[in-house]
Amino acid sequence: MPWTKIYANKTEFDRAGGQKAGLRGLTYREALLEAAAELLASDEDVFIMGEGVDDSGGVFGTTLGLRERFGNRVMDTPLAEGALTGIATGAAIAGMRPMLVHMRVDFTLLTMDQIINHAAKWHYMFGGAFKTPLVIRGIIGRGWGSGAQHSQNLHSLFAHIPGLKVVMPANPYDAKGLLRGAVYDGNPVIFIEHRWLYEHIGHVPEGPYAVEIGKGIVRRPGTDVTIVALSLMVSESMQAADALSKDGKEAEVIDLRTLKPFDAPLIMGSVRKTGRLVVADTGWKECGIGAEIISRVAEEAFDSLHGPPVRVNLPECPTPASPALEKLYYPGKDNIIEAVKTALGDATAAR
Amino acid sequence: MNNAKRPRDLPALLYSSMLRIRLFEERIAALYPEQEMKCPVHLCIGQEAIAAGVCLNLEKRDYVFSNHRGHGHALAKGAPMRPLMAEFYGKKTGCSRGKGGSMHIADRENGIPGTSAIVGGGIPMGVGAALASSLKNDGRATVIFFGDGASEEGVFYESFNFASLKKLGVVFVCENNFYATNSHQRSRQAACNIVNAAAAFDAHGVCVDGNDAMAVYEAARGAVAKARGGAGPSLIEAVTYRWKGHVGPEADYERGCRPKDELMEWIERCPIKRFRARLLETNAMTERDMDAAEASINEEIDDAVAFAKASPYPDASDLLTNVYAAMQ
Repeated sequence: MPWTKIYANKTEFDRAGGQKAGLRGLTYREALLEAAAELLASDEDVFIMGEGVDDSGGVFGTTLGLRERFGNRVMDTPLAEGALTGIATGAAIAGMRPMLVHMRVDFTLLTMDQIINHAAKWHYMFGGAFKTPLVIRGIIGRGWGSGAQHSQNLHSLFAHIPGLKVVMPANPYDAKGLLRGAVYDGNPVIFIEHRWLYEHIGHVPEGPYAVEIGKGIVRRPGTDVTIVALSLMVSESMQAADALSKDGKEAEVIDLRTLKPFDAPLIMGSVRKTGRLVVADTGWKECGIGAEIISRVAEEAFDSLHGPPVRVNLPECPTPASPALEKLYYPGKDNIIEAVKTALGDATAAR
Repeated sequence: MNNAKRPRDLPALLYSSMLRIRLFEERIAALYPEQEMKCPVHLCIGQEAIAAGVCLNLEKRDYVFSNHRGHGHALAKGAPMRPLMAEFYGKKTGCSRGKGGSMHIADRENGIPGTSAIVGGGIPMGVGAALASSLKNDGRATVIFFGDGASEEGVFYESFNFASLKKLGVVFVCENNFYATNSHQRSRQAACNIVNAAAAFDAHGVCVDGNDAMAVYEAARGAVAKARGGAGPSLIEAVTYRWKGHVGPEADYERGCRPKDELMEWIERCPIKRFRARLLETNAMTERDMDAAEASINEEIDDAVAFAKASPYPDASDLLTNVYAAMQ
């Protein structure tokens, strides 16, 4: 599929001849905006609420102009995260399809009672009597001294909870398709965007389409090692795979897309082929999604492994603010290359 | 202004609604020691006038959000007894298919979209349902019942502000029974004036005798009319007293949770006894009518208990169903 290719910005996209191929390029933020506009236009039950969704910034451009087009279905809110999730959940069980937006994932911590004690349990606790078609968008910040409370990666925390689904689109095509998929999933979906993806550009079809929740995708086929990556780490992994290829090592890159429920069959199939596994996560290591993926591989495909899996994560500390420390904090392409070498090296040593 | 007519037999309806709750709760207290109901029960004996007085203003399609002490609210809103009782017995025929227990009852048909057992947790959900009504312009009213303890939770103030800001059709009903588990309101609240919250959010608030069914009915009547008319939320603080302990079928004064004299004083102010006397005085109901009402309720309860006891438990295969809804 042409839209699996991601470009870091418009210049790269044009240089690669994107427009010439007759395919439309959109940035990640434009894709989110288009998805929201299509949803609001076609379904009166859909509405957006969040702090500043109707202001001149429009949540980094992802809700820009929607208030003018759709009126009170695009509503600014008080700074009351604790109640807002409950309000969205109540509206959802009463037949609406709310999209609740947080400028930072960090702010969802103010509302964990409503997410975990209420939204995640309302379907089960009443024997399936009610559906909770609720989407909670949260944006991961990074850089420019965002610091410890404006740049957290909390996806694994949500992925622990039965009743929630968690998605992290890594490119514009999935940003648009997964937003629609989430709105029509019928369950509370935590939809996590990385701010550093907002300028990424890729092919995005016009008109509505949904990407199915629970399905990962192979972004790059390979034979020597499986890299399971999510969010921003997908594009880092693609760059790492290109570099490794020059050394004759072919990495298969899987974009996880959905963390809960994650696509275990896709990962098992790949690991059975390559025998080696690297998980590249934007979050912390301990009890993180990488731990879960590696556990599942150990349970279901242990005999296929030629060596120990390797994880790429954040160091076990809150986000520091100083640029000198931020540089040390965030792993990228080079760390993934190192991780792959470790995974392959261990395999060689084991032989 | 509420122009809807009061039902001609309003006193009788209020009486039988209260009595239905009282007898239901007393039966639970009586059966609980059998240990066949394997879930905590939070009884509302003594507080019946609030549920009855508020809910008689509601239509079937209106929403009621409630809490762990929610049996009375559900009954007053029209929930049939069989699925309720079966839920307490953990049976598959329960209103939540045995997955909720007594703290998590719901009745989709009768406008009860589920009850939260996190204190204050149901408040924003009720406001959300009212937001849906506002967006759909469907004229429904939403009543949210909560206790004096919940009025201390931040989410109450957040929700009230939102409801008032968006002029949502919510009636906040605070059942002030003075105790959060065993802690008295005085040891928890600086002002002990819950109804004052309404003024902070530019909404109407009224404090009523929660043991006077007619007073509650009249307070709720105006508030529900406002809610339907898009005139925003109201707060009713209904002062009452719970006769039993926080949880379980026994009174708790023996354990030193509160003074016995205080309980005895409130038992004297029993909402049902008082109302009964008034009905007889005004000839609104005869003793014979009352006996007949009681007999019919007891039959309903007998039937519900028999149904619950005879019902099957959920199957092992039910454990993992309803974690996620099917798409759409």
